[in-house]
Amino acid sequence: MAPSAYLILGAILFSVGTLGVLLRRNALVIFMSIELMLNAVNLTLVTFARMRGTLDGQVLAFFVIAVAAAEVVVGLAIIVAMFRRKQTASVDDARLFKW
Amino acid sequence: MEKAVFIIASIGSVLSAVWMVFGENTVHSALALVANFFTLAVFYILLEAHFLAVVQIIVYAGAIMVLFLFVIMLLGVDRRDQYRETIPFQFPLAVLFSAGLLGVLIYTIRAAFTKTPFTGLAQANASGNTQGLGRLLFTHYLFPFEVTSLLLIVAAMGAMVIGKRRAPAETQPEDEDA
Repeated sequence: MAPSAYLILGAILFSVGTLGVLLRRNALVIFMSIELMLNAVNLTLVTFARMRGTLDGQVLAFFVIAVAAAEVVVGLAIIVAMFRRKQTASVDDARLFKW
Repeated sequence: MEKAVFIIASIGSVLSAVWMVFGENTVHSALALVANFFTLAVFYILLEAHFLAVVQIIVYAGAIMVLFLFVIMLLGVDRRDQYRETIPFQFPLAVLFSAGLLGVLIYTIRAAFTKTPFTGLAQANASGNTQGLGRLLFTHYLFPFEVTSLLLIVAAMGAMVIGKRRAPAETQPEDEDA
């Protein structure tokens, strides 16, 4: 397969992730959409690594995975803290941090 | 062979992504995302990134999605306000903007990379993909690697601080509110 096939697939996945962030109101699903976008970028990085014949893109994708893990931990803690206060996971009901 | 695997996996990948975004049930969305991560692991194997394919399954499908499902079960699934439009014309505008982004991306990719072939990683992977990655990670990328470890520690501590329950005296008036 040509590299552009992989890159276009990454673009499609990224756009679907954007759509999820824009459409859904549930904080958990928005979070999952962000994970989808990160993975689409990872696919692009690995494609570029094979295209250029070096491993640097794969190292970068490795770092993205580590940062995504850290992001998930903090983000889910925020969602749990928000749910404890507001009894909802909808982003529309959480316009203020303090009231 | 690569073409057949790519076509099957890409169909599965796009379908599971769409199911994740439009599924009514949050648990189904999480399971669709797990399926999507598995198809991405297939692509990594096709792209000669064997170590990342395994990391993708262990870290993403294993650790991160289990964390997601854990929180979903903790909060309970509510499908009360999934598609409520808070901004007028939110649905058509969101579809329009995403389609526009996709159009721009595909146009750019086709303009820049249609004729570029894969160089292939046969040379870089000569002593094994994991060995090559490890050599790069602990020489050229040593400083970013150490910063990442610091980031993980800070994230773990931050999650503990955010997730901690407040002292009873502090939360009581808010409990009456809710």
